Amino acid sequence: MVPALSLFAFVVLVPSARGVYYAFTDWDGLDPEFVFVGLRNFTEMASDPDALRAVWHTLLVAVAVTVLQNGFGLLLALGVNTAIKSRDVLRVLLFAPAVVTPIVTAYLWRNLLGPDGAVNSLLGAVGLASWRQDWLGDPDLALWMVVLVVVWQFAGYSMVIFLAGLQSIPREIYEAAAIDGSGPVRRFWSIVRPLLAPAITINLMLSIIGGIKLFDQVYALTGGGPGHATDTISTLIYKDAFTLGEFGYSIALAVVLTVIVAVVSAGQYTVLSRNERAAS
Amino acid sequence: MNRYTPRTLVLEVAMIAVAAVFAFPVYVLINLAVRAPSDTSSPIRPTTAPTLENFTQAWQEAGLGGALINSVLVTAASVLIVLAVSSLAAYPLARSTARWSRGTFLLIMLGLILPFQLASLPLYQTVRDLGLLGSVWSLILFYSGLQVPFTTFLYAGFLRALPRDFEDAASIDGCAPLQAFRYVVFPMLKPITVTALVLNAVGIWNDFFTPLLYLSGSDQQTMPVAVAGFVGQFVSDWNLIFAALLISIVPVLAVYLALQRSIINGFAGGLKG
Repeated sequence: MVPALSLFAFVVLVPSARGVYYAFTDWDGLDPEFVFVGLRNFTEMASDPDALRAVWHTLLVAVAVTVLQNGFGLLLALGVNTAIKSRDVLRVLLFAPAVVTPIVTAYLWRNLLGPDGAVNSLLGAVGLASWRQDWLGDPDLALWMVVLVVVWQFAGYSMVIFLAGLQSIPREIYEAAAIDGSGPVRRFWSIVRPLLAPAITINLMLSIIGGIKLFDQVYALTGGGPGHATDTISTLIYKDAFTLGEFGYSIALAVVLTVIVAVVSAGQYTVLSRNERAAS
Repeated sequence: MNRYTPRTLVLEVAMIAVAAVFAFPVYVLINLAVRAPSDTSSPIRPTTAPTLENFTQAWQEAGLGGALINSVLVTAASVLIVLAVSSLAAYPLARSTARWSRGTFLLIMLGLILPFQLASLPLYQTVRDLGLLGSVWSLILFYSGLQVPFTTFLYAGFLRALPRDFEDAASIDGCAPLQAFRYVVFPMLKPITVTALVLNAVGIWNDFFTPLLYLSGSDQQTMPVAVAGFVGQFVSDWNLIFAALLISIVPVLAVYLALQRSIINGFAGGLKG
């Protein structure tokens, strides 16, 4: 227990506590002397359009990724959990992106979504040439492209967890319901959904927390641009600290990120565990 | 559900079509990685004169060999340490009902919520002052601490559902607690150890933020930072970049395909905790 606790204290607990303290200073990361500035970093943030937009982007991406990744993952799981012959191959194939390094897949997509990229070529080839555009260069579209890349990569992850949940439901229950004459939608809503509650809990927690902390994909796809159109809290933390040298302000942003993660996890945990209890 | 009906066939075709859309980026990746830079035809058209030149050049210029060794070293060492210390910590935490035990457990679980972004900058200062910036050893130290909460959480959940009869029997037979853990408890933890191993290994191997902060600009790089550095250097030489991306993916996919059952079950395994 002592080794685990010391490692945890050295790497997580003590630096995090120091981080909270630095958030109230004007520390620049180098100078050993810095001044306690009270709430100044936070009041500055409240009137900093870049920071406010980053918070908004972070929440938007987290919600969009959670909804799409799990919706899509559930459909894939339901499709694979049938009598189709390719089920085992499909499961392995659809999950594969989830083990590949996110920064690598994001660089791949940066090219695919570029003006001369494969996505535009494909659109041209299927007669949708008018849809072609610079997907990552358009400030209104770029954030959705980030969402697309994350969903492409991790829908298979959600699928695998839903699949484990689906496979734990005894066949007799479906058959009994089918004999009773309930249709597929009814069977899904009244039987499958409640029994999937644990899988839903895990999936939603994983995707929303992952979405809130999102960094790699934004870094590789757009670097936060064009302008600040795709900056998330995490990319802003990195930029403020390492390109602007504003460590104190950057850590204040990290404190905001921590609060968001804590509030969202606590809220989600409460709601979902109530659902799980109601379902069991 | 087991019968193969015409509707099953329609579903089968639809699912394969979806999988093809999923695999499309990989097709383009391979297609452009084997293409000479002079070939400027459409990226979706199959390359007519494939070449392996991009791979040799990318391998040499991106320093991928050294990065691969570093990634293997960092991942293996960190996973071993974190599994050992976390399972050892979870055991008394799951078994003891004392107040300190519950308090310590909650303290460690706090680490599940704290994003690394918060600790990363103060830690950057510490590492710099210790002269460990740019060293893979600092990375091993970080992952060993960072992954403790999650791994302890997995082990403690599993241990709580495990009957204590075997340990009791071992202690009656005169087995010391640590011995009982090593020879009686740990072997029974195998399913959750596989899950913890898979999740930690994939997470550490793929992590980019940590090495970006602590290894940037040094000659000791892991795969993700080496690739990112290479992309920064060869901005628009995409055939070369794609070769580097493909090289970095191959070891991951090879391990994945070889161990797919354990890996997929590992990812799904958190569900049973």
